[in-house]
Amino acid sequence: MEVEWPGRWNHLKKILERNGPFAHPDFEPSSENLSFVKDVCKILVIGAGGLGCELLKDLAYMGFRDIHVIDMDTIDVSNLNRQFLFRAKDVGKAKAEVASAFINARVPGCKVTPHFAKIQDFDESFYRGFHIVVCGLDSIIARRWINGMLISLLQYENGELDQSSLIPMVDGGTEGFKGNARVILPGVSACVECTLGFYPPQVNFPLCTIAHTPRLPEHCIEFVRILLWPKEEPFGAGKPIDGDDPQHIKWILQKSQERANEYNISGVNYRLTQGVVKRIMPAVASTNAVISAACATEVFKLATSCYVPLNNYMNFNDTSGVYTYTFQAEKLDDCLVCSLKPQTLTFTETDKLQDIISHLQESPSYQMKSPGITTCVDGKNKTLYMQTVKSIEVKTRDNLKKTLKELGLTTGQEVYVADVTTPVSLTFRLQLGSSMDNS
Amino acid sequence: MATQTSEQKSAGLDKNNKYDRQLRLWGDHGQSSLETAKVCLVNATATGTEILKNLILPGIGSFTIVDSQKVVGEDVGNNFFLTVDSVGKSRAQVATELLSELNEDVSGDFLEENVDDLLEKNPAFFTSFTTVIATHLPERTLLNLSKVLWEKNVPLLVCRCYGVIGYLRVVVREHTIIESHPDNSHEDLRLDRPFQGLKEYCDSLDLESMNKKDHSHTPWLVLIYKYLQFWQQENGERLPNNYKEKNALKELIKQGVRKNAEGVPEEEENFDEAIKNVNSSLHKTSVPSEVKALFSDPACLDLNIESKNFWVLMRALKEFTENEGNGQLPVRGVIPDMTADSERYIQLQSVYREQAAADATAVAEHVHALLHSIGRDEPLHPDKNRKPGTITDDEVKTFCRNSAFLTVVRCRSLEEEYCPETANLEELSRHVVEEEEEGSTEGDETVLYIMLRAADRFFSEYNHYPGAYDNTMEADIPRLKSCMNKLLHDWGFSSTIKDDYVQEMCRFGASELHTVSAFMGGVAAQEVIKILTGQFVPINNTFIYNAQKQNSTTLKL
Repeated sequence: MEVEWPGRWNHLKKILERNGPFAHPDFEPSSENLSFVKDVCKILVIGAGGLGCELLKDLAYMGFRDIHVIDMDTIDVSNLNRQFLFRAKDVGKAKAEVASAFINARVPGCKVTPHFAKIQDFDESFYRGFHIVVCGLDSIIARRWINGMLISLLQYENGELDQSSLIPMVDGGTEGFKGNARVILPGVSACVECTLGFYPPQVNFPLCTIAHTPRLPEHCIEFVRILLWPKEEPFGAGKPIDGDDPQHIKWILQKSQERANEYNISGVNYRLTQGVVKRIMPAVASTNAVISAACATEVFKLATSCYVPLNNYMNFNDTSGVYTYTFQAEKLDDCLVCSLKPQTLTFTETDKLQDIISHLQESPSYQMKSPGITTCVDGKNKTLYMQTVKSIEVKTRDNLKKTLKELGLTTGQEVYVADVTTPVSLTFRLQLGSSMDNS
Repeated sequence: MATQTSEQKSAGLDKNNKYDRQLRLWGDHGQSSLETAKVCLVNATATGTEILKNLILPGIGSFTIVDSQKVVGEDVGNNFFLTVDSVGKSRAQVATELLSELNEDVSGDFLEENVDDLLEKNPAFFTSFTTVIATHLPERTLLNLSKVLWEKNVPLLVCRCYGVIGYLRVVVREHTIIESHPDNSHEDLRLDRPFQGLKEYCDSLDLESMNKKDHSHTPWLVLIYKYLQFWQQENGERLPNNYKEKNALKELIKQGVRKNAEGVPEEEENFDEAIKNVNSSLHKTSVPSEVKALFSDPACLDLNIESKNFWVLMRALKEFTENEGNGQLPVRGVIPDMTADSERYIQLQSVYREQAAADATAVAEHVHALLHSIGRDEPLHPDKNRKPGTITDDEVKTFCRNSAFLTVVRCRSLEEEYCPETANLEELSRHVVEEEEEGSTEGDETVLYIMLRAADRFFSEYNHYPGAYDNTMEADIPRLKSCMNKLLHDWGFSSTIKDDYVQEMCRFGASELHTVSAFMGGVAAQEVIKILTGQFVPINNTFIYNAQKQNSTTLKL
C-alpha cells in the first residue's frame, strides 16, 4: 500500500505551514510540525468504544501514526449503532484489536497498537512513553485513575514543575445528546479530582421503597435484581446476573411483571428491565462524533501549537438546537491529587475507624469506593483496614469498631489510603481533637 | 414507550439489540421514521461522508450520493470513506461502497452527475428525497438547488467546513414537532385549579384520623392540596405568591407533622417533600405563550383538506382549550415519584391518568369533527391500512401529552438570506457592531459567517478560494478584503472587519480538516435525525462552529 501520495497532507499543511493572526503565540510555521505529528508524537487512546473508534479515525486523519489504544471490552451487538469500526461478524472479539486492525488497514502508514487490557495493567514506565493521553471512557473510576497516574508522573524541582514530565490529558464523555470535552494539563489546570462535583454520584432507590412501597416499574425491577435474585438463585447457587444473557433478563422481567401486577404498576417491559439491570446510558453516533472530534482537535493543537488549546472545558447539548458552552474549570488549591498540599483528616479520639472510611466514601471531594487504610508505627507498616483482600478484611474487620484512640492513632500520624480511584496511595495527616473540643 | 406486537418482537430482536442505545432516545416510532427516510447527499466530501456515516449507523432507509468528481489524492487525505487505490475513480461510487459497509440494513446508491446539469434536466430527482444534504457547493448551484427543494417543501441542510470554521444551515419551510423532549419542564399538577377527580380523591383522605404509617405515607401532592386549603381559609382562594406567603404555607405544613408522646416531631419524609415542593409545584397553570401563538397561526385557523395532521390536532387543541379545558391544555397525566405507599401513589397516578384520558377523548372528538368539516373523515374502525390524512387516538394522546411543548420551526429561505434586500441585517449588524465596540480580537461567529460569504464571493470572481495555492497567498489577501467590503457595502454597512480575519481565512485556503468535518458531521446528522423523526428541536437556522475556540453560536439569517 502506498504510504505517501500527492496531495495527501494538503489540508493539514495549510494550517501547519502558514502563520496566522490567531495562531498560538509560540507557533512557528514549518514542515517540521507535520513531521513531528507523523514521525515523533506518540498518542495513547484509552477506550475503543463509542468515543474511541471516532478518536482513532480522527487522530489518524490528523496525521498521527503512532497510536496505542487500551480497552478491556469485547464487542456487543448494541455497539454497532455507533462504534463504526465493528461489524456483526466482530461481535465477541476484543474492541482494541478490531479497531486497530481496521484503522491500520484503512489509513496507510498509521500504526495503531492495541492493548486488550485494563489501564491498571500498565505501570508508570508505560504511561511515561506518551506525549498526550486521550480518554474516551464511560467510567469515572477509570478517569480518576488515569488522572492520578499522569499526576504521579509529574516531577518537581525546588517546587518548580519540570515541564518535560507533563503529559496533557484530553478527556471526552457523552450521554445521549449531551457531552463534554476537556483539556487537562496535570499540575497546571483543573484535574479530574478538582472537578469531582461534575460527576454526581449515582443515585439509588431506597431499599425500603424497593422492598415495601414500590411505585414505579423501576422499583419492581430493582426488587427482583437486588432481593429476589440472591434469594431464589434461579440459575444456580452464587451465579451473578449477566445483563447480556437474555435468559437472565427474561427471568427478571417475568418476576418484575408479577410484582408490578400485584401493585397495579404498569410499564415493566424488556427494554426497561435490561436498562435498569445494566444501568444503560442512551448513546448515539452523532454525539460521539462531535465530542471525539473536539478532543482530537485539541490533541492536534497540543501537538502542533497551531492554536491555543481549549482552556479548559466544553459542554455540548443538541436536544434543542445545538448548544456549546466553554468555560475554565478551576484548579482546586487543596485538590487531593494535584495540589501537592498535605491533606488533613480532622476527627476526634472517640471517632471510630469506620467514621474515617465513611468520610472518605461520602465526602463529595473524595468519593472513594472501598478505601483501605494503612499507617506506619515504629517504622513498621500496619494495615488498619483493607476491604479488597478477603483474608486481610477478615483480620482487620474488628478495627472498624475501634476508636482512633484505641488504635493508638494520635495527631500528626500519617495514614495512607489506597482505593480503586487512584493508582498511588494518598497520604493524609490526622488531626485529632478530644471529643470535648468538638462539642 | 410504544408497545410491540409479538410478531414485531421476534422479527426485530436483532434490530432491538443493535439499536437499543438510540431507541431509548427516540423510541420505536422515531426509529421507523428513520427507516423509511430517503436521504440524498450532494458531494462526497469529508464533511459529507461524515454526516452520512452518522445517519447510516442509526439506520436511515436509504441514501444516494450525487457527485460528478473523481477521487484525487487530497480527498483521500481527509476522507475516511475513500482509499488511495480509488484515486481517479468516481468519488460518489467509492464513498457509496465504503459507507454501505457500515450497516447492512441501509441501502446505498450513487449518481455520478453534475448537480447543475441534474437541476436543469431533472429537478424532480431531488424532490423525491425525504431530505437533501449539500456540502461544498458553489453559491449559484446552491441557490438553484435550494429553490427547487423549497417549492416542494423538502428540507435541505447545507454544511461546509473551512479551516477551523464549521457551518450548517437548515432550510426547511415548516417543521412541526410534537415530541420536543424538553430537558427540564414544569410538572403539570394543577394544584392551583384541581380538577374534579383530584378534588374528590384528596378530599376522601383524612389526615387527622390516619394511623401513623398512613400519615407518613400520604403523597406530598395531597399534603400540599390540603394545607393550601387551610392557607386559603385565611387568605382567600388564591396561591401564595411571594416568599413570605410561601413560607407561611411551608410553616403550616411543618406544623402538620405528627408529634410523639414527648411532643417531638416524628420523621415524616412526605412532609419534608411537601415543603420542598411548595415553590416548584404551586405555580399558575397556563397555556405557554409559544403554544398560544400557534393557536392564532393561519395554518391552525384556516384548515383545509390538505392541512397537515399537526394543524388539525392544533386546531382541536385550541377548541378544547376554549371549551372543555376552561382555558387550559389537556392534563398531561404524569406525576413524579414521591414518598408514598404503593396503593395511594397508584390511585393518585390513576386520578391524573384518567383526567388525561378524558381530556384526550374530548380533543379526539374535536379532531373527528374537524376532519369531517374538511372532508377527511375518520373510518369507523381504524385499522392498519388507514386512509392517509386520518388521525388515530394514539396520535391524539401523544399530542395531548406533549401539548405544552409543541413547536413549529419555520426557516427563512436561502434566497431571502442571500438577497441583500431581504437579508437579516439586524442579526448581521448587531454582531458587527458589538465586535467593533468591544475592540475584541477574539473571533466572533457572525464575523466568521461573513468571511465565509466573502470567500464564496471571492470564488465566483477568481475561480479559486483565497489561499488555495501558496503562490497566490499574498495577492489573495487584498482581494478577499475587497470581496468582504463589497459584501458589507451591499448590506449597507459602513463598518469593516479586522484584517486578522482576512489573513486567517487565507491561511485556511479552503482546507477541510478531518476533525472539523467530523464535528460538523455529528451536528448535521443529528439535525437531520430531528427532521426525520419529528422529535427534538432543530436549529433555526444557521449554526457556526469555531474549532479554534471550541465555541459556537446559532444565527437566524
